[in-house]
Amino acid sequence: MSQADTSESLTSDDFIASVKSYLVGFMLSVILTGIPFWAVMTHHFEKPITLGLVLVMAIVQIVVHLKYFLHLDFSKEGKINTFSFLFTSLIIVMVVGLSVWIIYAANALMM
Amino acid sequence: MSFFGKLTLESIPYDEPIIMVTLAAVAVIGVILVALITKYKKWGVLWNDWFTSVDHKRLGIMYIVLALVMLIRGFSDAIMMRTQQALATNGAAGYLPPEHYDQIFTAHGVIMIIFMAMPFMIGLMNIVLPLQIGARDVAFPFLNNLSFWLTASGALLINLSLGLGEFAKTGWVAYPPLSELSFSPGVGVDYYIWALQISGIGTTLTGVNFIATVLKMRAPGMKLMQMPIFTWTCTWANILIVASFPILTAVLGMLTLDRYLGFHFFTNDGGGNAMMYINLFWAWGHPEVYILVLPAFGIFSEIISTFTSKRLFGYKSMVWASGAISILGFIVWLHHFFTMGSSANVNAFFGVMTMVIAVPTGVKLFNWLFTIYRGRLRLTVPVLWTLGFMTTFTVGGMTGVLLALPGADFVLHNSMFLVAHFHNTIIGGAVFGYFAGFVYWFPKVMGFKLNERLGKASFWCWLVGFYFTFMPLYVLGFLGMTRRLNHTDNPAWNFWLYVSVVGVFIIFSGVILQFVQLYVSFRDREQNLDTTGDPWNGHTLEWSTSSPPQFYNFAKFPKVSDIDSFTDMKEKGEAYQRHERYQPIHMPKNTSSGILMALGITAAGFAAIWHILWLAIAGMLGAFVVFLFRAYSNDHDYYVQPDEIARIENAHLDKVARGLT
Repeated sequence: MSQADTSESLTSDDFIASVKSYLVGFMLSVILTGIPFWAVMTHHFEKPITLGLVLVMAIVQIVVHLKYFLHLDFSKEGKINTFSFLFTSLIIVMVVGLSVWIIYAANALMM
Repeated sequence: MSFFGKLTLESIPYDEPIIMVTLAAVAVIGVILVALITKYKKWGVLWNDWFTSVDHKRLGIMYIVLALVMLIRGFSDAIMMRTQQALATNGAAGYLPPEHYDQIFTAHGVIMIIFMAMPFMIGLMNIVLPLQIGARDVAFPFLNNLSFWLTASGALLINLSLGLGEFAKTGWVAYPPLSELSFSPGVGVDYYIWALQISGIGTTLTGVNFIATVLKMRAPGMKLMQMPIFTWTCTWANILIVASFPILTAVLGMLTLDRYLGFHFFTNDGGGNAMMYINLFWAWGHPEVYILVLPAFGIFSEIISTFTSKRLFGYKSMVWASGAISILGFIVWLHHFFTMGSSANVNAFFGVMTMVIAVPTGVKLFNWLFTIYRGRLRLTVPVLWTLGFMTTFTVGGMTGVLLALPGADFVLHNSMFLVAHFHNTIIGGAVFGYFAGFVYWFPKVMGFKLNERLGKASFWCWLVGFYFTFMPLYVLGFLGMTRRLNHTDNPAWNFWLYVSVVGVFIIFSGVILQFVQLYVSFRDREQNLDTTGDPWNGHTLEWSTSSPPQFYNFAKFPKVSDIDSFTDMKEKGEAYQRHERYQPIHMPKNTSSGILMALGITAAGFAAIWHILWLAIAGMLGAFVVFLFRAYSNDHDYYVQPDEIARIENAHLDKVARGLT
């Protein structure tokens, strides 16, 4: 059936690149987890700054996971996955976000 | 709980003469069909070549047959409603008691959207899309068969509700708290839930299947931005299916928990919020109307560019306008319930978004007009449907912009104006599109053209009948008549109700003419044979195959380097090439797993409706066992050998050569 019968055998170069990507991702995740822990445990910053820091590090770590573990990128092969991910996120943010707004506003007026 | 749950002999509505006569008629037709099939020994053909087929073309035909059967049922409901409202004026009771009338308008909505429009759209997509992208089948042929049978299963359940028990009396949206157990204790809402749930899963699987097909199985050289426009609009519709149908599944699941296990998602008590159902229902429901209409836009685009013998004007803007509609279609759903009582800001946001969506739709309309400009438009039946659409849909769009104003909506909400508006867009947009596509691709599928005279007569009946039926409803809306009224007592409304019932019988003549057209065309098929496979001088790859196409579609994969790839081939003289050698073709085998799994799921759905626990377990278990057998079977493909391909291809090319000289 399939027209694009490209063989997907893993060459040793691919294997090394893949391992490298996972290791980089793991190291970055450890660092990005370490920083918030350090900030919370040592009380180095004031509370609002600590909170902001934790939030920013969490978001950065999501991006790291997407790039290094889920391999979402804008290469020729990866583009379609990335776009479906972005589209899905957009729909979820819109549907959930707007639903919360709608029901919250309705409750504020009606309850 | 007894052995048959809530099901007893009293569940059959003996006391309703209309239903009993209908059932008798259905039984007679059924017996005649069974007798004929037995007499001509066609059971084997039906089972081996159709029911178990994984061929996308045959599945497409079965989808359309299902849609036409359900059209008859849904249209009968429409005639009954219009005659009831015309008779039950000045305080008269009419002939339909309220509890029956309520089931009719609910069934009409559910059937026309879920079991007429959706199967028709998916049927056309099944037949055409793989051919347009130069593929031999869809990505997952067995899944395609299963999807069809799940849709058929939902249709079967909704038809069973006619003779066993009742259907929902809630309107096709089944808003709680009315649809909750406390106000609808009967089985009607349960029929609604399971029919929609089962067919909805089938539709979701179809969406997944066709997205995979478009992404992975295009002919060599065909870039995404070279796909035919119908394929593109279907792809957007499939993306919408995959993104929105899970919302319906979830919201129906929550209603199920409320009704079966005493949850309180949408109840009045226990902290439930009925508004959330309405919100989620339309978060699916609004994308759903774009799922219906986008493929229709694609059909019109194909027809206009074929019959003007021109390239489609603004192909890229057409693709991106569809994309914009798809995304905007996800942020307008609140306009279905402006009156719910959310804040003015919420209403304003959704009102503005709704008006914005008119922009990409307008872009499309102008693209069609510019395609016609300086072309030589051949006024065939598909073109008539298209021109009828362009005028009618524009009227529907403008009344839509009126309704998009929250202030105006507070006056017009739930009035006949609304009923007129959405019929204006769904009939004038989607249904006209499917009929246009039906006539356009009919010779491709069956190998002969449809009768032109009867086609034109049917179109004019539909168009004139449409305006006679629905323009009065706009007036009635302004006169303050709300929808779903069983009987009325307002002399000012009578005249318009009478005009409307005349209109529905004009449409009825159109429907009759369509069936006569099918019969006459089949009788005279020898005179209207399509020997070349390209009856309209088409632009896209489906016209490069024979009519009907060989079961493997393409003996060799076409090389694509243009949007209008078949026109490109014809211009370069590459069409109808003879090849010396063919490669074996890898094809999927037919399988009975799809229909058997759907059978088990139908039984389980029926059991859930009537609370028959053992049957529910048996049905699900049966379906699962069939699934396991299928999953562990290795016997699902075969190769067509080169000598057979050469024989079929040469026979076709000889016919083409005779036709062309």
